[in-house]
Amino acid sequence: MSSALASFYTTVTGRTSDEPQTLSRIDASVRGSALFFLVSGLLWLMAGTLLAIMTSWKLHSPDFLADWEFLTFGRVRSAHLNAMAFGWATNAIFAVGIWLMARLSKVPVRHGGLLFIAGIFWNIGITVGIGGILFGDMTSVEWLEMPPYVAPLLAFSYVLIGLWGVLTFRYRRTEHVYVSQWYLLGAFFWFPWLYLIAQTMILWVPARGTVQSITNWWFAHNFLGLWLTPVGLGAAYYFIPKVLGKPIHSYYLSVLGFWTLALFYNWAGVHHLIGGPIPVWLITAGIVGSVMMVIPVIVTAINHHFTVVGSFRAVWASPTLRFVVFGAMSYTLVSLIGSTMALRDVNEVTHFTHFTVGHAHHGVYAFFTMIMFGSIYFMMPRLLMREWPSATLIRVHFWTCAIGIGLMIFALHIGGWLQGLAMNATNEEGNVVHANWVEIVAITKPWLVARSVSGILLTVGHFAFFLNFFWMLWGGRRVLYQEGPTLLTPENQEGGARA
Amino acid sequence: MKNLPLLFCGIFFAMALSWTGLILASQIQFGNLQPTTSTLVNAEGELIAGTTYQVEGPDGKRIDVRGDHAPGEPLYPQEPVGLAQQGKQIYIEMGCMYCHSQQVRRKGFGSDYERGWGARQTVPRDYILQDRVLLGTMRTGPDLMNVGDRGISANDDWHHLHLYNPQITSPGSNMPPFAFLYVVKPINGEPAENALNIGPDSPYYPGEGMQIVPTARAEALVAYLRSLNLRYGLPEAPIIEE
Repeated sequence: MSSALASFYTTVTGRTSDEPQTLSRIDASVRGSALFFLVSGLLWLMAGTLLAIMTSWKLHSPDFLADWEFLTFGRVRSAHLNAMAFGWATNAIFAVGIWLMARLSKVPVRHGGLLFIAGIFWNIGITVGIGGILFGDMTSVEWLEMPPYVAPLLAFSYVLIGLWGVLTFRYRRTEHVYVSQWYLLGAFFWFPWLYLIAQTMILWVPARGTVQSITNWWFAHNFLGLWLTPVGLGAAYYFIPKVLGKPIHSYYLSVLGFWTLALFYNWAGVHHLIGGPIPVWLITAGIVGSVMMVIPVIVTAINHHFTVVGSFRAVWASPTLRFVVFGAMSYTLVSLIGSTMALRDVNEVTHFTHFTVGHAHHGVYAFFTMIMFGSIYFMMPRLLMREWPSATLIRVHFWTCAIGIGLMIFALHIGGWLQGLAMNATNEEGNVVHANWVEIVAITKPWLVARSVSGILLTVGHFAFFLNFFWMLWGGRRVLYQEGPTLLTPENQEGGARA
Repeated sequence: MKNLPLLFCGIFFAMALSWTGLILASQIQFGNLQPTTSTLVNAEGELIAGTTYQVEGPDGKRIDVRGDHAPGEPLYPQEPVGLAQQGKQIYIEMGCMYCHSQQVRRKGFGSDYERGWGARQTVPRDYILQDRVLLGTMRTGPDLMNVGDRGISANDDWHHLHLYNPQITSPGSNMPPFAFLYVVKPINGEPAENALNIGPDSPYYPGEGMQIVPTARAEALVAYLRSLNLRYGLPEAPIIEE
């Protein structure tokens, strides 16, 4: 095995001076595995969307599909979360992350076949795990709902895939290491540790009492912070300068941004337990970590947004950048809101409400998923050597998702805030104002209906993306013979957009 | 920063630091809590307030000493047993936790106390005998830490009606019905002892000569819900008397 690893990348013939040729060799080397991850991710996205609509609908119309045990709210909700987190997001990371790492390290990925096999097992694991959730083996541990029997399979396939990312970096053929590579490397290292420690301390050898809850939120918050976020930021750091053809605003700031994120994000998860049965010093540590996150967020915001300033026409013309810049702007906003939510006075209202659910979608969707969409719009033409068949479908995808997620965040933030105020409200005698719980439910219902409407918009957008993706994959006439990239505003080509 | 080992060390220590600071430190601080009596006693056997009392040390300084269990008193928390323990599995597999928390915040932070969710806040010791801790982070529905001992819900029949269809007991609720945990069957002679009490004027009436009977899973789930209570105080969190 070790000799196999040593000879892993020995036969690299591409010359770094010949960039386009090297890049296309690299793209070719990941084509099979990346397409597999993308197709799997997209199928999970569609499944997760279906589950999401059911979940959302049930919350204002509880009799909807209520006769089937496997579709009860608690199960479809968890199946949705796992389909999105481990199915869609993680497959997207495998595709985009490995491809980006290979491109930035200027080496083709060797033995892509093994990557492909590991990917098959990963997806088998998720399928069995989500089946387990729906049919009675759910663990009710947040973000770790899949039954423990799939964990070894997931962990093993992950290690193979993550190792490919790390090894690609190890055998890089570049002098300079770009900021995106640190983020990717960090993510590939952090995720398996988080997963294994959480599995062990919560499910295999459960820790005593609420030490479990602390481990749980350390894992769940870091799933966003140290797995999705670094890949999302790494991709934004790659695509914004790449497509615009200009350097990132400040190298120094990118160093600061990465290390402060690595240091502070880790501690933030405890803010999910504010007011809970754990020592107060732990909660304070979590709040400090959450507030300190303002530093990497502002630093990254300066770097991303200052690079974009002055090139908005190009951003608007490029499918990639429309999505990526939307995601980068969402990252700034969602992170600042998140730091605010960790303050005790704010948390007293937002904790236990739909506000948090809105915030989670703000991060995972408006930031991470939008950046992944943008990345896929860039990747696919390079993997397949053909263009996106329909600019109209891309526009539909962008607008329905942008408006849809905007509406969802708005509805859940307002509805959740009102819910929190209603739960806490007391009158002058010190009695609760809404003693009858159903009154509070009634306050949230219109906002929950609005969330279902936003879900329908997102579904339309995902169908548009799905259609365009498979149309491109199977290659109609138009797809095969188009010349030049598919742009969203073709009259503005002098803007400098390259995709 | 282009050295893999150095980069790796930074990445490793960033995470190791938080794991040590949050998880290992918690484990050391309260990972070995044991059940205790509701109040503790000093060396003379007198009841003390809180967890410690002061004695005069050899050099005349006052020092804190941990109290002892009150002799003959029961230890808390107590482990749910039998049917209730089986019911917890149903609670877990149905995902009840995603809408119902099991934690009471201190009086003055939120209105948990005013809502009657518990006569005191919950503390780490309340959870030490649970192999799966279900604190929950969402309150689409009310907290359940004390549901077995609280108002109308301190009653098996109420829980069965509520689980069969929440609209019966709480019109306007958005909780899903769990009718699949019940069976509708013909009455043979006398109705079953545990049949749900739903009259002919209710839209959920099963029909003449029919009855709705809980399955074993429904019985277990209700036993679990009824076992949830905060009747006992702990030295660090005594019941708030009014």
